[in-house]
Amino acid sequence: MNKIRMEHGSGGRSTGELIEQIFAKAFSNEILSAMEDAAVVEGTPRIAVTTDSFVVTPLEFPGGDIGRLSICGTVNDLLMRGAVPKYITCGFILQEGADTVQLKRLVNSMAKTAKEAGVQIIAGDTKVVEGNGGIFINTTGVGFVPEAIDISSANGRAGDVILVSGSLGDHHAAILSSRMGIKNTITSDNAPLTDMVKKLLDENIQIRTLRDVTRGGLATVLKELAVSSGMQFEIEEGALPINLQVWDFCGLLGLDPLYMGNEGKLIALAAKEDARKALEIMRSAEYGENAAIIGEVMEPETESERGRLILKTRIGGRRVLDILQGEGLPRIC
Amino acid sequence: MRTMEDIASYLREYDGRTLKLMEVCGSHTAAISKFGIRGMLSPKIRLVSGPGCPVCVTPSAYIDRLLELAKEKDTCVVTFGDMLRVPGSRGSLSAARGEGASVEMVYSPLDTLKLAAENSGITYVFAAVGFETTAPVYTLLLEEAIRGGFTNIRLLTALKTMPQAIRNLMQEGGEIDGFLAPGHVCAVIGSDAFLPLAKEFQIPFAVSGFGDRELLLAIYGLVRMAKEREAAVKNFYPSVVTPQGNLIAKKKLETYFMPCDAVWRGMGNIPLSGLLLKDAYKRYDAGSASLIEDKKLNHGCRCDKILTGKLMPQECPLFGRSCTPGSPQGACMVSYEGSCYQNYLSDGGNA
Repeated sequence: MNKIRMEHGSGGRSTGELIEQIFAKAFSNEILSAMEDAAVVEGTPRIAVTTDSFVVTPLEFPGGDIGRLSICGTVNDLLMRGAVPKYITCGFILQEGADTVQLKRLVNSMAKTAKEAGVQIIAGDTKVVEGNGGIFINTTGVGFVPEAIDISSANGRAGDVILVSGSLGDHHAAILSSRMGIKNTITSDNAPLTDMVKKLLDENIQIRTLRDVTRGGLATVLKELAVSSGMQFEIEEGALPINLQVWDFCGLLGLDPLYMGNEGKLIALAAKEDARKALEIMRSAEYGENAAIIGEVMEPETESERGRLILKTRIGGRRVLDILQGEGLPRIC
Repeated sequence: MRTMEDIASYLREYDGRTLKLMEVCGSHTAAISKFGIRGMLSPKIRLVSGPGCPVCVTPSAYIDRLLELAKEKDTCVVTFGDMLRVPGSRGSLSAARGEGASVEMVYSPLDTLKLAAENSGITYVFAAVGFETTAPVYTLLLEEAIRGGFTNIRLLTALKTMPQAIRNLMQEGGEIDGFLAPGHVCAVIGSDAFLPLAKEFQIPFAVSGFGDRELLLAIYGLVRMAKEREAAVKNFYPSVVTPQGNLIAKKKLETYFMPCDAVWRGMGNIPLSGLLLKDAYKRYDAGSASLIEDKKLNHGCRCDKILTGKLMPQECPLFGRSCTPGSPQGACMVSYEGSCYQNYLSDGGNA
């Protein structure tokens, strides 16, 4: 069995072999191993639920793969509402011709990442479709939300500080480098932020908002937060953590790191009096060593300042930032 | 010695005669917005954007021709990414690709060689757009195509040269007090290429790089020159630009191309402001010489006035209403380097 064939999706013997040799082996736990139609699990009064589909190419890239990504993306979305991630379900859509050795690597990577993130994979499904060896993964996550938690994109208040958990654009730059065949040592930052969020909440930091910096990059995400909270956000260009290699890569291609996606970074809005402590906690947590305070939330003085995002540039200019426009293509000259 | 702080405060507090300075390079337009430079200048220093975004000045007849080619049997249009969204009179390459037209996006013209080698039955037409900066790269593609004996590679050229466009702009009554000369173009043609213009129109040129400090320094130099009405070219990008430019690149341009009349979107036909393949290489040309007719601008569109610095983007009746980066009506809103696009993003930098 080296390539996925249509019969692997038949529901018969080949499907059984595929599940047994690849999925069950990697994901084995009591709930999944029961092989029932649905998983029955312990619950809590407030749960967070989210779902995401992963279609990235290449399937494996410097620093990660689609398997790791499919866990991190969903786990991080749960964390951003202050939930403790508990369960994951996964659906695989495999195109015929997919390499089973590679599939095994990706599934093992999912299992390893799930363990790291503290979630159990409790249900799964596999379908095979015609095509050209592609692998697509959907994951749905469930997390428990403690009673007192109120973390939402609308909660930013005047005086709050804006923190980011590390360098911008790494995942995006790693994927683009792979696709374009550009050799460098940029690696994806795909990572579960369980440890960081847990520590922030355990220490009772007054967190208003958490948001992971994914597609559209920091500027898009902050602009959305400014709009939902009705505040004006100001960030300092000089305070933004950006890996030098990513910076140069963007310069060469005419891309803007402010609009490049990550897969293991978060933005936190925290009460001003907790800013220092929040920064220390983030820096001491896993994947947070380059965390930084990058700006603050301001009361809008005019109607046009409401929902506005301003970047104070290094030389003292002010630039209004909007959400990402278009696709961010390389320029002509 | 002056520090950056001195320079910034000079530019902020400048109170001499009102100066209208034009940057003619799209990358400068984008960088000025990116660094928030407009808001750092005295109201008496006005920066306007010239016709220096290659995508913006490409006429719609050219896009229409690319679309026709992309829909032809066994023909594929090869292009850089930012040409995909440019509207012709019947839609963009991006839209046509969605409807099945054959369009390949590449990062280098040389990528065409691999495509052409793998599919000898398909003719690959490269959308060769750009200024003196990009044109030398097309000569490398031609060299390789000739060396490899390729018969299925063509160029559809809409190449522009900068000095003639500036001359035309000044002859047409452009009230400009100084030019921020394009750093990358100067790297190829040399800063001396702008000397005749400085003398002819008694106007200063400052060659600038693309970093925040480089731009601020060049603007400072230009303001000082404009204030004194100094008709000269000063090079504020000496790490990259020399008076003579890149002799190898210039030689290659001379070998393959000859000057031709060219249509600039919004500005019309400017004599000898373009480059066309020489007769000896005509077999690699996909009919570029016939594309001199430009279609009319959209109703209400003021691209012509904006590209020549006579109006600011916000003064166009379509700006921000029917014309946005999501659905551009005019050329200046299409590309990241267009002045309307940048003004739309940043409110004119006057935050």
